[in-house]
Amino acid sequence: MTPTGPSTATIPGTNDGSHGGASRRDGDPNAFNPLFRLSSEEIEEIGERFQKIHDEVKADLGERDAQYIRSIIEFHRRLTALSRIVLMASRYPPAWLLGTAGLSTAKILENMEIGHNVLHGQWDWMNDPQIHSSTWDWDTASTAASWKHSHNYVHHTYTNIIGLDKDVGYEFMRVDPKQKWSPEFLAQPFINVLVMLFFEWGVAIHDMDLEAIKKGKKSKKAIMADLKGIGRKAGRQVLKDYVLFPALSGKHWKKTLKANFTANIVRNIWSNAIIFCGHFPDQAYTFTEEEVADETRGGWYVRQLLGAANIEGNDTFHLMSGNLSYQVEHHLFPDMPSSRYKEIAPKVKALCEEYGLPYNTGPFWQQWLMVQRTILRLAFPGGGETPKPGPYVAPPEPPRQERTVQGVEGPIKAFP
Amino acid sequence: MTTPLLPDDYFALLDPRWSTREATGTVLRVKSETDEAATVVVRPDHPWPGHRPGQYLRIGAEIDGIRHWRAYSLTSDPDHPRGLVSVTIKTVEGGKMSPWFTEVCGPGTSVFLGNVEGEFALPDPLPEKLLMISAGSGITPIWSMLRELQRRGRLDDVVHLHGTRTAEGFIFGAPLRELAAENDGYKLHEQLSADDGRLTTENLDDLCPDWRERSACLSGPREMIDAFTEHWEAEGIADQLQTERFQPVIGTGDAEVGSGGTVSFVVTDKEATCEQGISILVGGEEAGATLPYGCRMGICHTCVGVLREGQVRDLRSGEVHGEQGETVRTCVNAPEGHVVIEL
Repeated sequence: MTPTGPSTATIPGTNDGSHGGASRRDGDPNAFNPLFRLSSEEIEEIGERFQKIHDEVKADLGERDAQYIRSIIEFHRRLTALSRIVLMASRYPPAWLLGTAGLSTAKILENMEIGHNVLHGQWDWMNDPQIHSSTWDWDTASTAASWKHSHNYVHHTYTNIIGLDKDVGYEFMRVDPKQKWSPEFLAQPFINVLVMLFFEWGVAIHDMDLEAIKKGKKSKKAIMADLKGIGRKAGRQVLKDYVLFPALSGKHWKKTLKANFTANIVRNIWSNAIIFCGHFPDQAYTFTEEEVADETRGGWYVRQLLGAANIEGNDTFHLMSGNLSYQVEHHLFPDMPSSRYKEIAPKVKALCEEYGLPYNTGPFWQQWLMVQRTILRLAFPGGGETPKPGPYVAPPEPPRQERTVQGVEGPIKAFP
Repeated sequence: MTTPLLPDDYFALLDPRWSTREATGTVLRVKSETDEAATVVVRPDHPWPGHRPGQYLRIGAEIDGIRHWRAYSLTSDPDHPRGLVSVTIKTVEGGKMSPWFTEVCGPGTSVFLGNVEGEFALPDPLPEKLLMISAGSGITPIWSMLRELQRRGRLDDVVHLHGTRTAEGFIFGAPLRELAAENDGYKLHEQLSADDGRLTTENLDDLCPDWRERSACLSGPREMIDAFTEHWEAEGIADQLQTERFQPVIGTGDAEVGSGGTVSFVVTDKEATCEQGISILVGGEEAGATLPYGCRMGICHTCVGVLREGQVRDLRSGEVHGEQGETVRTCVNAPEGHVVIEL
């Protein structure tokens, strides 16, 4: 299944530079950044068109959407309960394996499709206090409050603006050549593996805004309040996964503890991969503060479009990625229910084609390897602007194949 | 211990009604009272904490995936033997919830039960002489009070003036007429506004000459309450009058920019005034409140607060919306009249 059409990603090394694939060394890369090619009227027009897509979906939200999120939440809870019960017998290897797989899946669903999206306010329209960004908490080290600030506000407002968007490298990695190199980035390949394995803790610490602390911009009181929040949350997480549930397995508690640890690691590796593939692949553009000074609402939309990259995959893949595989759509409409991204993707692509804008996307392994390559390369000084894809072009319609039977004219009707 | 999920969340998987996170109930039946009004009988899923006759219940329901809330007067007896409760609802044309209650919902529908609220109640201790004045669907709290008086055997000297458009449209008309026939102490006057005009203060001396000597309970539309309150104040006996008004006070600004209004922040304990087109967030900050904020453009939902009273205007669309218990984004909404918000 490839509903997203052909990849418009430029495969490294094969770019002929015919449309905007120039590197920084060849001159001013901004000349190729589609944002600066558009007139301000065009940018406003694009903004209005995107807003229209948003408003249409918003007006259409109803029972079907409510049922969707409730069914996912219920499925997650059933799967968690079941996995925990199976893990009580974790001394039997098949039970261990089944329970661990179930729990990993449940944790991934809870973080990605449920937690991330509920905390974004995607389901606030239901006015259900149980499924609401102001009341939700999730099964990860980050506290909901600090994550909403660093992610919903800082990252989604200042997406990919170097220096403002703290998610570009999370303040301890160099993932864009515009970030200044310093010797500590030499440890990046090693840190990268740690971040992968213990992603949830990295995010929790990141929420505290390390740079502000280093520069003494954050008051001691605020730091203590953050630490207290993280401490409380971490304490509960550890108690649950490493004391309470293992205790249910009696003297075989070690096996269950290992299972829970494994599930957390699996979830961390997966969410790290999906999230890094959202903004760090080669196709995504970054911006400087000067470039986006006096940005309008239309400009914001175009920046969101250029700064994100999708991942191609089937429906299960999209679900397990919390529909962050539709990172472009998510960044355009962060408060739209994730289940709607797939439906509006064709409209977004059509707009890209009309205005000669790229629609960043690629298969999972390609995107992931690009990210890893960038992380390794940028551990060292220098590094050029990565080649960018050209404007999105819709794939030609495949010729319709209709089943025919000899001697029967025309296609066979399913229900004659 | 199992946070963020609680054992409660797992029990709810077995039966949603076992969850104690929210008070819920199941509709047992919807009884038609008049062409336009119906009584919705609900079995609460948890023991009913009780109420005073005259109080109202916030009741919520999900319509097309969205939770809505309204407040309706309780018309059931506080100590119903089977623990049932009921509210009586008049269909508001073009309304969202009242037609849903009276026409769509039926036995088995789940509803959410909010708080029992309201200060409207029988005077305590009960005075010798009572005067009840009601109009339209304002009858509902009065009905509860009359039932209470009947139960306590205290229908000694009650005069009841009720304004209704037609005799058929009189909610609880039949049982009240019966009550009047059986009890000498309860005198009911029905004023049909289609024939005799609306019930006004001018009717008082004719219909109840000793109204100044009675404790009065009044429930009806806003203009009526205002007029009667003024009348009692003019006599210097305003302390003998209790009222229940239905419509909240909402600003009536023009369609484009709205009226602006005032905001009470209940958590930060601040009062703010917002001029036309000024968001709740900005108005609050100018008044010195420290409020959650984020993108300031309506995308990040950092600034949301629960609306307790009043309505707001979406500064982007101009749409006036908001009902009790709804969460609103303070950065893109301005008060329309007076607003109370949990922030």
